[in-house]
Amino acid sequence: MARILAFVLNDRARTDAVPGNLLLLDYLREVVGLTGTKTGCDGGECGACTVLIDDKPTLSCLTLAASVEGRRVDTVESLGTDGQLSAVQRGFHEKLGAQCGYCTPGFIMASAGLLRKNPNPSEAEIIAALGSNICRCTGYVKIIEAVQYAAALRAQGIAP
Amino acid sequence: MNKIVPAHNIGGYVPMIDGPEKVSGRAKYTADIMAPGMLAGRIFRSPYSHGEILEVDIAAALKLPGVKAIVTGADCDKTFGVLPIARSEHPLARDRVRYRGEPVAAVAAIDDTTALAAVRLIKLKVRELPAYYTAKAAMAPDAIAIHDKKPGNLERDVLFELGNTAQGFAEADLVREETYNCAEVCQNQMEMHAAVADYDAVRGRMTVHASTQVPYYVHLMLSQILDMNMSRIRVIKPHVGGGFGCRTETLNVELITALLARKIGGSVRTVITREETFITHRGRPETDIKLIIGLRKDGRITAVECECDQRGGAHSGYGVVTILYSGSMLYAIYDLHNVKYLGRRVLTNTPPCGAFRGHGTVDIRFAFESLLDRMAGELGLDPFAVRRANYLNAPTFTDNDLMVNSYGLPECVDWVERASGWKARKNTMPKGKGLGMACSHYISGASKPVNWTGEPHATVKIKLDFDGSVVVLSGAAEIGQGSSTILVQTVAEVLGLDLSRIRIVTGDSDIVPKDNGSYSSRVTFLVGNAAIDAAQNLKRVLVAAAARKLEAKPEDIECLGELYRAGAQDKGASFDEVVVEALKDTGTITVTGNYSTIPESHGGKKYRGAAIGGTMGYSYSAQVVEVSVDEETGVVTVDKVWVAHDCGKALNRLTVEGQVQGSVWMGMGQAMSEEVAYHDGLMLTANMLDYRVPTIQDSPPIEVGIVESNDPHGPFGAKEAGEGSLAAFLPALTNAIADAIGIRFNDLPVTPDRVFEAIEKRRRALGKEKNSSGGA
Repeated sequence: MARILAFVLNDRARTDAVPGNLLLLDYLREVVGLTGTKTGCDGGECGACTVLIDDKPTLSCLTLAASVEGRRVDTVESLGTDGQLSAVQRGFHEKLGAQCGYCTPGFIMASAGLLRKNPNPSEAEIIAALGSNICRCTGYVKIIEAVQYAAALRAQGIAP
Repeated sequence: MNKIVPAHNIGGYVPMIDGPEKVSGRAKYTADIMAPGMLAGRIFRSPYSHGEILEVDIAAALKLPGVKAIVTGADCDKTFGVLPIARSEHPLARDRVRYRGEPVAAVAAIDDTTALAAVRLIKLKVRELPAYYTAKAAMAPDAIAIHDKKPGNLERDVLFELGNTAQGFAEADLVREETYNCAEVCQNQMEMHAAVADYDAVRGRMTVHASTQVPYYVHLMLSQILDMNMSRIRVIKPHVGGGFGCRTETLNVELITALLARKIGGSVRTVITREETFITHRGRPETDIKLIIGLRKDGRITAVECECDQRGGAHSGYGVVTILYSGSMLYAIYDLHNVKYLGRRVLTNTPPCGAFRGHGTVDIRFAFESLLDRMAGELGLDPFAVRRANYLNAPTFTDNDLMVNSYGLPECVDWVERASGWKARKNTMPKGKGLGMACSHYISGASKPVNWTGEPHATVKIKLDFDGSVVVLSGAAEIGQGSSTILVQTVAEVLGLDLSRIRIVTGDSDIVPKDNGSYSSRVTFLVGNAAIDAAQNLKRVLVAAAARKLEAKPEDIECLGELYRAGAQDKGASFDEVVVEALKDTGTITVTGNYSTIPESHGGKKYRGAAIGGTMGYSYSAQVVEVSVDEETGVVTVDKVWVAHDCGKALNRLTVEGQVQGSVWMGMGQAMSEEVAYHDGLMLTANMLDYRVPTIQDSPPIEVGIVESNDPHGPFGAKEAGEGSLAAFLPALTNAIADAIGIRFNDLPVTPDRVFEAIEKRRRALGKEKNSSGGA
């Protein structure tokens, strides 16, 4: 059964008819065409599909599209202003927090969620916030450096 | 005076040129390619481990509304495989299924839900055959052959003895024999396998997007499987979400999707699940090793005997090469003589193994460095001193004819000893804490590609047009390791231009020159050298043009990147002006650069397959691992890793560090938690919760020391950086655990339950001893 979904996606209001069993991940990728959010597993194992729902990092593969009615959803495509990379994006790019890049949108959204809540996280807080995201390339060392650098950039006034 | 100087582009910390796409979500991976009308592909897989196919019943599935085509083994009688001598695999099983999960049929439907529903309606009838899940069971005398051409299920055996091991062992002060078992592990790269195929029935042309490390092999195998001329096929490699070796071979998903697309004359996208990605496999085989080392009191190794059995899975894949690497790469790290190797690659009814990062070398290195550490302890020698007693004297050739030119192992060993504070800390660690060390090495590209047609080993083209943009065209597959960045840096360095002037196009067979792909850490060395050659050829054209424009002799022209001039007093001509002049004669300029490995690097002929292991340059690595062991729970925590890697010359320190950290960490996964487990051929660990990849919370700080031995043949002296540091982690870990609690682990992974069990066993044994001595 399709139902009407009205919500805010990346700062734009949207209304769509969605089947009740459609996952938010599949809605974003297959219906809207925002393919930045990645599918990395068969459900809830890897964190690649992390998006922000009302600023809170959430696995879009375990969320029904219909459940975001009236909420605000941000994907990786929402970051950056005037064509410039955001602080977290710059951190992952400049500090090599991304190698193959497939887990990166998930890590970036989890990190952006952290910095919105806690602009100056400790290393332990960064590790705790990224505990449900898997990266297979970096060994995480440079991911931690990327988030620390992003926090420093944010302190200089660059959007997270 | 103008202060223009050529831009310098190597040796610094350079973020990857495709980073902005990746961090903004704009980078397109295969599963991101969608178009209206594209059909969804799904694969029906065998629920049996081994059986003779009696019937594949697709009648009910075909009747399901929305199903557009179904293909089965009847649609293709051709075989594929990475090695020309071992192409045993059908894209869809015919006559027999040989492992649980082998593709049998595939559906193209209007959407994924319909395709999945159709797959559930397909029925497979087989006459079940005995199935073998271990190398030992498959080699039993009464076992039936999984492939008719391979009696005894022996894919390949390798035997060589170079020198005289009996004499070597007689000269030793200590001879020890140990057995080791390394569990099967899987690459588990973050992007699940996917393919998009589009068949243009009017023109008879096929276009395939594949998540591959070697587009050229996909091209070759598509031609073979589809029985189409290669010129009618186009292969495009979009962004690839990691490979680590599993995408070196052409995978069945790419071939099956193409068969579906041709059958319906349109576009099909197949995105397989994580579980299916695990089952597609091509990981590192379960390996049993028996190792004997002879050691003198002065630390010299006098002889080595090694037996190695690998459970290869149901198809040949890379198997022959893997078992050969395991033997040949005993060499080229230490000065070894008197070596005997017996390797057996065995076919079993499990998913096919393949080439996993550190191909063939990792499990052997684990055994070797573990036993060496144990024997050093028995002789009262420092583990560092034992390594130092066995250094090669490069340049040299090993007994198995491997050419070693640059050899930075001594500097690596010195660096980790110093950085870890080994000398001061080693014997003063608190209870439950320990330090361990080990070394490893790897090749910078196989000197002889497996599919060699005689042309140069690498070719790069550079296009220069009226707009002054320098476009590098390369077939080298960027899979996240940074190959495109390295090639752009290399070209920019030769031309003295800023990186922003250079663009690169890769991964489209219609445009870029053929390349042998991203495997065996070949790109920086082989393609990097071809890029230097191409850039130098372009520079010659530009210098000649500048000479005409400035009315000077070419030998007097000085190239400063953005400025060409005839001597320091000359105002000169800008790069853009020189480009205009250069284009006057020929129009758009395209130059070619080539690189070929030298025959001395091709390995020897002392035994069959001795070419495997030959390379232009070996990388070296040393590691110190610090651990804490909780004796109450068996939990091992890695507190810190110090790793030094000899990459010849770090063209990009940022990506070298990233590659080395990633290698060490992947070694940690194999050593501590990762294991592919089966029950009657059913993979029990085909998800990322049961296949335990370390999370950020499990992962230690990894401090990287870069050692630059300046290889005489490497591009600006560079060698590989992406594989050689993996293997040393495994033995450095178990050596550290032995230091911490006095127990040696010969079986991987070293999970908490194994550690706990070993500690309990020792407690019981000590208790018994106390009881019996108390009673006496």
